[in-house]
Parts: sequence; structure tokens; C-alpha cells
Amino acid sequence: MAEKFLMKGNEALGEAAIRSGCKHFFGYPITPQTELSAYMAKQMPKINGTFLQAESEIAAANMVLGAASAGVRAMTSSSSPGISLKSEAVSYIAGSDLPCLIVNVMRGGPGLGGIQPSQADYWQATKALGHGDYQLLVYAPASVQEMVDLVGKAFDTADKYRMPAMILADGMLGQMMEPVAFPDKIEPEDLPKKEWATTGTKGEREHNIVNSLYLKPEILEKMVVERFKRYETVKQNEVMVEEYLTEDADIITVAYGASARVTRSAVNMAREKGIKVGMIRPITLWPFPEKTISATADKVNKMLVVEMSMGQMVEDVKLAVNGKCDVEFYGRTGGIIPKPREVFEQIELLAK
Amino acid sequence: MSMDIIIAGFGGQGILFAGKMIAYCGMLEEKYVSWLPSYGPEMRGGTASCSVCVDEKNPIGCPMVSEPKLLMAMNLPSFNKYINDVAADGYVVYDSALINAEVERKDLKVYAIPATNMAMENGLKGLANIILLGQAIKAAGFTTLDSMIDAITKSIPAKKAHLLEPNIKALKMGYEY
Repeated sequence: MAEKFLMKGNEALGEAAIRSGCKHFFGYPITPQTELSAYMAKQMPKINGTFLQAESEIAAANMVLGAASAGVRAMTSSSSPGISLKSEAVSYIAGSDLPCLIVNVMRGGPGLGGIQPSQADYWQATKALGHGDYQLLVYAPASVQEMVDLVGKAFDTADKYRMPAMILADGMLGQMMEPVAFPDKIEPEDLPKKEWATTGTKGEREHNIVNSLYLKPEILEKMVVERFKRYETVKQNEVMVEEYLTEDADIITVAYGASARVTRSAVNMAREKGIKVGMIRPITLWPFPEKTISATADKVNKMLVVEMSMGQMVEDVKLAVNGKCDVEFYGRTGGIIPKPREVFEQIELLAK
Repeated sequence: MSMDIIIAGFGGQGILFAGKMIAYCGMLEEKYVSWLPSYGPEMRGGTASCSVCVDEKNPIGCPMVSEPKLLMAMNLPSFNKYINDVAADGYVVYDSALINAEVERKDLKVYAIPATNMAMENGLKGLANIILLGQAIKAAGFTTLDSMIDAITKSIPAKKAHLLEPNIKALKMGYEY
């Protein structure tokens, strides 16, 4: 068995990225994400990597655009307000068909908001992180080990489809410690070659061009339509979802990330009282596990969506359910983590 | 056996470290563990607290403890804040050198230990947290003294080896109180 470390989520994200062959990190500190930047500042010089604290979030994200153009695994990380600042560059990265990793350790918003854990950036991550027709791969870990596992997955999948990927975590997951095991380190040289990267022609091949500007609408439309064909393949192949005690359940909860941890406890409490309840936990938020939710809606009468927001993912659940069962919502926002008992009481109400 | 723990006191008392030791010890025993600190402006000079969960059988659900089975308190504000949240028949271990209070609830198992005074009198300044930890292990039984000695031994890096002996002394002193 691999050696286990007791580690904060933020630091585990950093170590996982390094083990995935990422040697280029561009950041700007913000609570509750700072330990990730700090970890990279400490580790990158030891592996001849780049740690750069930029003059702003916008600059950091544009440095990722530059590094990704050159074909290396590059990443940036921030928390909610900082992610908003990065969004311009993320749109350019998507428009340039570049893979990279963006980590959002969410905190309460809008505006400067607060610094406590939140999930209020679901819409931003899955619908509109920046302008234009595009999607990100969005991974939502619910444990420190899953943070590690999904960093590798995110880099691989981003490379495979040439699109940016996001780890959507929150202050609770970033700050907490759990035992983790890490995969063996991949050397960047051992990763598949990126033939499109702008690494210098050495006079031996045509120029590679990385660009997101297409002034002729016919060409831009063609580019976007081709990108969306790729997104269809992603939707077919890359959905990740966990089902917990769903088999015999009459009531299904749907939750991701930190709120899935709370909901798991609430489900356990309800099971002890004999209530047949289970949980669907989306691990990818885009692509969303709509098939799993739709199929489950055929079998149950009620779903309860639990989020640390005013209700964002609940809209995607309703779209997937498409009227086949009732969909209720329970949420806390502004940095409040709901207590398992609160969620349990909601389940109890639905069971009556 | 599962144990949900809140440890709370002033910043600087080693609240978070004591919590980490419990989680680390549980990890070495191959149990499921989680450790979640409070973070934010309240840490700077004010109160510090952390939630620790240890479970022999099942993965940890919510790592944020709202109904602790064990409360370890090292100052009065923390004691007052959490005493009514402790689960029925739960354990309260507190530093009676710093907390002058009566536990009104009759369902709790209460262990008062003058940890800060014991630390001062025995040349263990700054180790009241570990003394309290020793008492908590004996009271709530979520691990053994030997396992915790092992965890502390493994967690202290070579360049801080001189800290090992006082830590173990403090742990034993709390356990044997």
C-alpha cells in the first residue's frame, strides 16, 4: 500500500499537480486557497519548475495561456473573487483550444463576500466562466484523496480534448486534513507529445498557431461548432458520478463536494431511522450526470438537492429530471456549512 | 467506534496541533480520520478551534463537528460556546486552571484537569494541550497511550527531536492524572 500522508486539501492539490507533471504554476494569494500557492512556492524551485506570483489574477491566468500554448502542463489557482478576474483569460484559453488546470477553492460571495466555504460559483464554473460559447471540464472532489485523484484526471482529460479543466473545491475541502496517498510522479517528458504546441519550428515544420481571433464569422462558427462536437464526445465519455445507497431508496438526495459530505452524514442518520434515502453525488459537474439522474427519477418520487448556495445545481437536476419527480432544494449560503441534522430534518419532512 | 471531537481555546495554546495529533494517530491505526480547523480573522489572537473525526469502520461524512462526543476546552469562551452542543452522554475534558465553571448538564462525563498549572510546575510550558490530550485519551478511550506516543514520536521531525521527551512526559502526566 502506498504511504499515507495527513495533508490539507490545498497542499494535496499542489503535490498532486506536481506528480501529474505540472512544472508551471502562476498564482496570486487569496484565502482560503493560499496554502496551495505557498506549497508551490516551496516545491517548484526544488524540481526546476516555475512558481510565479503574478502582479494580479488576470496576469497569472494569462501566463497560463502562454505556458499552455507552449504545450506544458500549467495551472493557476484562486478563490471566488480571484476566479472572476481570471475569467477573461480562461475564455481565451478555451477559444485557443488549450488544456490547463484552474483550481477554485470557493468562498462566500458575491463581491468580496467572505472567506468561509461556499458553493455559490457553480453557475460560473459550469455555465459562464468568461464570454463566448464554451465549456470547461469541472471536477468536484469531496475528499482530500479525491482532490488528488481528480487533479491527475483533470490534466489528462484536458490534454485529451484540448480544453481547460477546473477543480471546483471550497474552503472546507481546502483547509481540512485527511490521509492521502499519491500516485507516482510523471515526468513531463513522458507525457504524450502535443504536436500543436508552439515550441519553435527549428526550420523543420510549418508554424503552429495558437489563436482565438477569427474575424470571419463563417470561420469562427466552424471553429465553435467543431469544438461543440468535441464537447458531445466529452459528455459521452467523461461523466463521473457516485451513487450512495440509491438501490432501494424512495428519496434521493443530490449533492456535490462539501455539501455531499454533510449530506452523506444526514443520509446515514435517516437510514438509522429506517428512512430509505440515498445520494447521487456528481463528481463531474460538467459534463453533468444527467443520465443517472434521469434514470433515477423514473424510480423515485422525490429528490432533495443540497448545496451551499441559494440553489444553482438544482436547475440542472430539474432539467435532467424533466418533471418525472418532485425536486426540492435545501441550501445555506454566505459561508455557512449546513449541519447534518438540518439536512436530516429536510429528509424527514420529505419522508412523511 | 467513532469519535467526533471539538477542541477549542485561545490561538497559541496548541489547539490545532492537539487535533492534528489525534487525526495522525488515527491514520497510523488505519482508521478513517479528518481534521478541520476554524480559519479566518478569529484566529488572530482570538479563539482557535478544530473538528476531528475518527472512525474505525466508516468513511467520515461531514468533517465539521456540530454535536461532539468529546469536547476539549482550554478557555472559558470556548467552554461556554460548545458545552450545550456536546452529544448526550458525551465527554468534556477541560483545563480547570483556566476555566472556572460548573457543568450543569447531568448527562455528561466531565474531567477537569489543571493542565496549564501542571505544565508550568513541571517545566512543560506550552504543553498544557498535550497534558489535556493525555487526559482525553484516558477519559474517552478513542486510542491508547502507546498509540499516541507512537504518533507523537513519528510526527516530530529530527531537527526538533529535543521536543519529543517533554511532549511524551506531558502526555503521560495528563493520562495518569
